[in-house]
Amino acid sequence: MFLRQVWTIAAKDLHSELRTKDAWNASIAFSVVILLLFSFSFDPSSEQVREFSGGLLWMTYAFAGALVLNRSFAREMQNDCLDALIASPVSSAALFVGKSLANFALLFAVELVSLPVFVLFYNLQWGAAQVGPMLLVLVMGTWALTIIGTLFSALTVNLRLRELMLPTLVYPMMIPALIAAITVTTNVLAGSPPGLGIRLLLAFDIIFTLLAVVFVDTVLVG
Amino acid sequence: MNALEIADVWKYYGDFPALRAVGLNIEPGSTMALLGRNGAGKTTLLRIIAGLSRPSRGSIKIQGADARDQATRQRIGVLGHGIALYEELSAIENLTLFGKLYGLPDPRKRADEMLERVGLARVRDGLAREFSRGMRQRLAVGRAFLHDPEVLLLDEPFTALDDRAIAVLQSMIQSMRDRGRTIIMSTHQLREALELASHVALLQRGQIVHTGERTQEMLDDTGWLYRTYGEN
Repeated sequence: MFLRQVWTIAAKDLHSELRTKDAWNASIAFSVVILLLFSFSFDPSSEQVREFSGGLLWMTYAFAGALVLNRSFAREMQNDCLDALIASPVSSAALFVGKSLANFALLFAVELVSLPVFVLFYNLQWGAAQVGPMLLVLVMGTWALTIIGTLFSALTVNLRLRELMLPTLVYPMMIPALIAAITVTTNVLAGSPPGLGIRLLLAFDIIFTLLAVVFVDTVLVG
Repeated sequence: MNALEIADVWKYYGDFPALRAVGLNIEPGSTMALLGRNGAGKTTLLRIIAGLSRPSRGSIKIQGADARDQATRQRIGVLGHGIALYEELSAIENLTLFGKLYGLPDPRKRADEMLERVGLARVRDGLAREFSRGMRQRLAVGRAFLHDPEVLLLDEPFTALDDRAIAVLQSMIQSMRDRGRTIIMSTHQLREALELASHVALLQRGQIVHTGERTQEMLDDTGWLYRTYGEN
């Protein structure tokens, strides 16, 4: 029952987004433009690229993510759809996890499109051994951004300045996950082992997923 | 067992008490008109009954269970101020979605039946955003009745409806009454409400000042209730 509800919510969000492409277009355009602008602005050497690659990538993903996450619960405000969802037998946890999965899929797709742009314009040398760890850190880092972002999207949905409030509240919470993701990504792109950051990301994902699932009913219903 | 038991419910917005010691029992199969002027607390009370908001104090039981229980919500239908439809989805997609959320055995079939019932079968694949206001209202009525709820909560159901949507809604409410379902509707449109209601409750400044069966006197003179129990 829980999984079916999760899937129904996630499929609905993805279906709506694929039909309107509101968040997708904005997020893709933003991430590609930022990566291109940095490339043309600084013309870095390959050594410098290795040093700041993780930071640049995750800053881009974090800002692009805000565009996706802002829409997540805001989409439900039109016509009072959120009330209909809360009044339905769908548990708040299923609603939250479903929305998080849809946001994760969207943000991950944005990353998969913008990553080749990054590799191409920054002349990164990739080996087959780096693909697995890179995908792992992308999945774990994106889930961290998604889970915090979706919870705060629910929390700020009734605020008049929610587009401003969401990043203001979310980014400080994301700092541990971002630092871990940046460190691991930089290590992986330099051909080094991922390091302890991957464990920190895993712990962050587990703890915040559990906390969010426990508190989301209070966030939505009061 | 009562369909609805409200015991000493208070709701504060900051320091302001929107509901004050509200107590109400509604028997199964009755149609309760929740009357009161703007700001009396009708919508607040309905939102609490629907599980959309928690009371600051007191308790609400629907068929003996908590309003936020999953099984309770399965038995409630809500038609609020908003139409609660996704603009980017078609009529059939909207109803099928809610059919799935309510765990109906064949949501697509039920959605098709409901579209037929509200007169939207020929535009089943049209997007909700392309519908006229009246069509969207009928689709919203279809969504609220889709899972054949045992308790139906209607918040100002006739406000801003066109003639056809009013006819659809009245026929569906009548059908629910005939099958012994419990209906609670908040409204300040006295004539329509009193014609449908078996019981009335009058809210004033967050308090129930009168509750009881609807009488012929109320029908003959719709202002009687306010004059007798209200402030003026």
